Amino acid sequence: MERRVVITGMGVVSPIGLTLEDFSKGLRAGVSAIEKWERLEEMNYACQICARPPDITPEIKEKYFSSLTIKFLKHDGILNGAMAGIDAWTDAGLSLDHVEPDWNSGSIFGIGSSGIDVLIKKYVENVDAKQIRRLGSTMVEQLMNSGVSAYLTGFLGLGNHVTTNSSACSTGSEAVIMGYEKIKAGLAKRMICGGCEGFNDYSWAGFDAMRVLCRDSNDNPTGGSRPMNATASGFVPGAGAGALVVEDYETAIERGAPIYAEIIGAGLNSGGQRMGGTMTKPNVEGARRCLQMAMDSSGIRSEKVDLICGHLTSTIGDAIEVNNWSQVLNRTGADFPYINSLKSMIGHCLGAAGAIELVAGILQMKNSFVHASLNSEELHPEISEVVDRSRIPQKRVDTPINILAKSSFGFGDVNSCLILRNWKN
Amino acid sequence: MTREETLDKLKEIVKPFIGDGVKFESLTEASDLINDLKINSAHVVDIVLDIETEFDIVIDDDSINDMNTIGSSVDVIIKMMP
Repeated sequence: MERRVVITGMGVVSPIGLTLEDFSKGLRAGVSAIEKWERLEEMNYACQICARPPDITPEIKEKYFSSLTIKFLKHDGILNGAMAGIDAWTDAGLSLDHVEPDWNSGSIFGIGSSGIDVLIKKYVENVDAKQIRRLGSTMVEQLMNSGVSAYLTGFLGLGNHVTTNSSACSTGSEAVIMGYEKIKAGLAKRMICGGCEGFNDYSWAGFDAMRVLCRDSNDNPTGGSRPMNATASGFVPGAGAGALVVEDYETAIERGAPIYAEIIGAGLNSGGQRMGGTMTKPNVEGARRCLQMAMDSSGIRSEKVDLICGHLTSTIGDAIEVNNWSQVLNRTGADFPYINSLKSMIGHCLGAAGAIELVAGILQMKNSFVHASLNSEELHPEISEVVDRSRIPQKRVDTPINILAKSSFGFGDVNSCLILRNWKN
Repeated sequence: MTREETLDKLKEIVKPFIGDGVKFESLTEASDLINDLKINSAHVVDIVLDIETEFDIVIDDDSINDMNTIGSSVDVIIKMMP
């Protein structure tokens, strides 16, 4: 029999806050964390704006990690993921001190790509200089793709399935869906799932070279990320991590855990890079099928969806995404659900985006508001044709939300979508 | 540098590597790095790198094998110093 699955804990490391409380305040206020980073100008990036998490000071690190971990952990993607993961775990009321592993808890925790670059530089430089021994013992554990889930396993004492997923900008959402499927099938009681991403001098150079980053707003950073705007010109890169404790409903009830939401449906697929889809562009039919798959599996009627927390990166893909939702839900104009993009505030956190945005969606649902979708004044004509202006809030709207849809899409032509129901304790 | 000074510097290098539940104050020349101080054996190479930086020496592979206790590590450091 399929198990019911709920979310019982959340943690974030984000450009608008390092705690759930600060993150929630930022969402309510609708503030942009996007700023110019002088380093990008020095490095001759065309896009010199980004959204970075607040400085993680030594004092903050000491609250999470041993002095030995602080000494060696230089991969800030893993650092962000570990902090968010530990926060989510404790938010769910779970202990860090158990002696025996928790055999019923596992992790699927993803990472995009950036954060690893600084270590690779050290790696290559030392090997080129024939100084292999100077790499020390902690390069492999940080450079292996499963680094973040390996670190989390140790911090949390996980004894069930532990692995790392990676599917570009769909990574964070995909991790949660994979955890959900595992618990639904009765293979684990609890999975800590999410995504993380770091940043440094190298992180975004490849995207900059592709001309997919915003390069027209270096003098007006907060105006750079303009999801759904007719003038959207490329995404603004960001970094951080989002983590969620995905748990078996009965187990959560038994231990009296706080419940945020229930996952009621999900879809994962690929457009196969056919029918117009490419490595970097979605097959529209594939993306639509993914949303449909999530809706069908949820068993709810399309008019029940109250809010879509879109992928909406501030590129030409935004109009395609909105139109896909309109067709799948068969809703238009003022009848369309609310839709917003967190990327308007914190840019595109790549492998972490889906997880951070899912945490944001759940907080909005829990606290009955829809955050402002910044810089959406001049809607793209293909969006204003199908969605009424009132459904894309320029200021926060206080309203109850019962059903939330979260979609993510990634390079490789991969798609993911979750449908969640608010939980009234 | 006296043996005493070398020992003190080594103790500070080893400090962050000591395993959970082991008291720094209990550390003596007789302490075995892995069995007594519960140091993760993988970290011995990191301790060697820190020693090399601190004392500006190079420790060859054969000598690393001799560094089983705090005392024998001090012996290796003294041997390698000019």
